[in-house]
Amino acid sequence: MTLETLPAWAAIPAALLLILGGLCTAIGSLGLARLGTFFQRMHGPSMGNTLGTGCVLFASILVSSTLANRLVMHEILITVFIVITAPMTAMLLMRAAVYRSNSK
Amino acid sequence: MNVLLDFAMRFAQFCFVLAMLAAAFRMLRGPSAQDRVLALDTFYINGMLTLLMLGIRSGTTVYFDIALLIALFGFVGSVRSRSSCCAAR
Repeated sequence: MTLETLPAWAAIPAALLLILGGLCTAIGSLGLARLGTFFQRMHGPSMGNTLGTGCVLFASILVSSTLANRLVMHEILITVFIVITAPMTAMLLMRAAVYRSNSK
Repeated sequence: MNVLLDFAMRFAQFCFVLAMLAAAFRMLRGPSAQDRVLALDTFYINGMLTLLMLGIRSGTTVYFDIALLIALFGFVGSVRSRSSCCAAR
């Protein structure tokens, strides 16, 4: 089975998840470029990008499992890793920013 | 049905490139150092997603390993640059 002959029950949810993930990521990163102060800018990427990454990885699991006719789970590694590390990076940066703005 | 999936993939790639442009703008312009670190973080996640989309479109599994490596090294790099530029305890 190739990508051209993917059945409709897998293609439609994968397409919806991809569109949703792309929109979430674009909105989050445009928020990074547009918002006013650093503490406002923090919100866009840390929430929008994590949600968008989850949607895209789930669509990838769906497509590659359907293509291989079995459960293909190596994308779950990236999902777990992003879900663990993205809030940790956001928290560290937030604490550093609070420390810097207090000591100024 | 592949027309819909093809459109969704192109749309998602366009969105990721737009997001990378926004992050690059913030990285170049950003008033403070922690803005640049946050923009770098966003930039590598978007680059990883673009690579993953390339992997779905081409149907090979090599891209997933590269995306996993980017996620690993990006996290290490962003923690390291945070602790060297905006020191806090």
